[in-house]
Amino acid sequence: MTDLYQSQRAMRNMRRAAMQRGVIAVLDVGTSKIACLILRFDGPDRLREADGVGPMAGQSGFRVIGAATTRSRGVRFGEISVMNETERAIRTAVQAAQKMANVRVDHVIVCFSGAEPRSYGLAGEWALQDSVVTEQDVARVLSACEVPDIGDGREVLHAQPVNFALDHRSGLGDPRGQIGNRLACDMHLLSVEASVIRNLLYCIKRCDLELAGIASSAYVAGVSSLVEDEQELGAACIDMGGGSTGLSIFIKKHMIYADAVRMGGDHVTSDISKGLQVPVAVAERIKTRHGGVQATGMDDREMIETGGESGDWEKDRRSVSRTELIGIMRPRVEEILEEVRVRLDAAGFDCLPSQQIVLTGGASQIPGLDGLAARILGQRVRLGRPLRVQGLPQATTGPAFAAAVGLSLFAAHPQDEWWDFDIPSERMPTRSLKRAIRWFRDNW
Amino acid sequence: MRPLKPDAALPRDPAPSRTAYRMHRLWLTPLFRSMLRVGLPVFTVTFSAGLYLSDDTRRTELAKTWESAWTAVEERPEFQVNLLAIDGASPVLAEAIRSKLALKFPLSSFEIDMAATAARIEELDAVADADLRVRSGNVLQVTVTERLPVVIWRTPAELSLLDIEGRRVARVFSRMDRPDLPLIAGEGANAAVPEALALLAAAGPIQPRLRGMVRMGERRWDIVLDRDQRILLPEADPVPALERVMALDKAEALLARDVTAVDLRNKDRPVLRLAPDAMTILRASQGVETGASSL
Repeated sequence: MTDLYQSQRAMRNMRRAAMQRGVIAVLDVGTSKIACLILRFDGPDRLREADGVGPMAGQSGFRVIGAATTRSRGVRFGEISVMNETERAIRTAVQAAQKMANVRVDHVIVCFSGAEPRSYGLAGEWALQDSVVTEQDVARVLSACEVPDIGDGREVLHAQPVNFALDHRSGLGDPRGQIGNRLACDMHLLSVEASVIRNLLYCIKRCDLELAGIASSAYVAGVSSLVEDEQELGAACIDMGGGSTGLSIFIKKHMIYADAVRMGGDHVTSDISKGLQVPVAVAERIKTRHGGVQATGMDDREMIETGGESGDWEKDRRSVSRTELIGIMRPRVEEILEEVRVRLDAAGFDCLPSQQIVLTGGASQIPGLDGLAARILGQRVRLGRPLRVQGLPQATTGPAFAAAVGLSLFAAHPQDEWWDFDIPSERMPTRSLKRAIRWFRDNW
Repeated sequence: MRPLKPDAALPRDPAPSRTAYRMHRLWLTPLFRSMLRVGLPVFTVTFSAGLYLSDDTRRTELAKTWESAWTAVEERPEFQVNLLAIDGASPVLAEAIRSKLALKFPLSSFEIDMAATAARIEELDAVADADLRVRSGNVLQVTVTERLPVVIWRTPAELSLLDIEGRRVARVFSRMDRPDLPLIAGEGANAAVPEALALLAAAGPIQPRLRGMVRMGERRWDIVLDRDQRILLPEADPVPALERVMALDKAEALLARDVTAVDLRNKDRPVLRLAPDAMTILRASQGVETGASSL
């Protein structure tokens, strides 16, 4: 656990160093594409007087100066499966973004969607020594949380305090300075497969970059595509990517649950490819140009040329109707959404006061998806696009870039996590002198 | 697994190679970039120049080449000076300037240091200002403004001519060389030439009798007339005092009488000094006999 603490603190220091330098890159390693944005931080007060723009969600503090996307290679289900290929794809994206920004970046914040995230709710209690809550007390209550057995070979990705309670008062955002006797806290812990993180770290290192942070793409997609009241009142963000579909539940501006379904748009494509006997590239083209999940009266008459280069005239002149295409796509999309429904039910999403569902990610662009999702997930479904940030090219404002944009917001304003608080001095292994002083102060 | 070595027939990989990626990042490093764009050219030029010049024979050769090129330019007929023309100087002064400069023509105009030459000409006492220029037609033109002598100053050693500022112009061997100029004498007389000239103008009526003026104790003037008469003028306001004497002279013919000195040093108490026997002679002529001795 201290190992994790140290490495996460090291990443936070990296982030601080990058902030001082003013340039940081964010990298979204997805199954279908790898996106790299380069952010420039000009300081917090650059816009304020001139435009009347406040800090907002942190997006006024930075500007995107470089953006590049490349087709992802060697990534399956949001996890790296072929290291060299992925490394090359990351290099391509980073180099193109650097070229656009005309600046060298050394620090990168990464998000990924796979690695089987699992959520845990933790609770801890601490009796205050002198009735005022100090930062040390917060650290102590966080470390008093009982850590569940997250399993062998798993690593903690996020550990965010979501709620503090002081005596009988609950729902405190920041308990510091308040008076009470007993401090309790709830923490949300997200664990992922350690090997996936290790592979990713290795890839980043091979690209001569320093890792300044790591996040789950389900979480950052929620940060960018849920609006403020949705985050406050309770909403689920469903990030439908290429290889996996992430879902994150927010309430009171904190993520309380995250999970991922290991199915996504690529599976729809492969279904089309198998069903129509066409190459994957053709299937992808047919899906994006003609795809849909809602049948209409026009569909039988809309014939789609599949084409081909086999030399067999009969095979190359085949065409399918859109009805057939929808007949292939719809079951798979339904399957994905039903799987999401299962996860939401397991998380107790129907107990939330507001049950808004936001669909984002590249696969959410299928026409008619919102209607289908409304039938499976509940009535309050909308399609979400990421927040607008300064300098983002038009081509990267679509829902496919929700995670990348969310990651930039995360880079600008990360939420306090467990490792942002100091280790309580009792647990500090080396500072024995400090402990001695503390003992004196407590006893006299 | 894909083959370790990429197949040449496959389309080119869009990903940059590790080296290309690193080079690109290196190129984007500001320090490296400035070193390469400024440091490297500067270093190359400096180093190659140093390498070339490190050989002694090359250096002398280079110097020789430069010298010969410079000489070739200098010796072009356009830059030659063949003649010295002096304007605004008397023949004697012109000769003095020529002999002082002692230029050996023909000469390149680059070799003439104009400022130094002008300074050398101005070292001559008689020259107030010298203006040098190389005129078309290969002539070195010297325009001289001469100092104009206004008084003769007698010192124990010599007689010299002074201009209005009191600067020495020339030496004269005899007073009679310049009978038109007034004579002044005494230590420090050269410092008060303008005052002397003002007094001279005020002394108009007695001009024929005037023999000269003497500076006394470097502070005041005595006017010396013939018959050894003297007019002692005060230190302050000497001109009104002299005008007063002139008025007295006109009214009473003061200076025609047997007076050796008119002392106006104290303006409230002018004093006349008579000749030793003047009083006795005056009384005798009036028929008054006194018992006093002539002492």
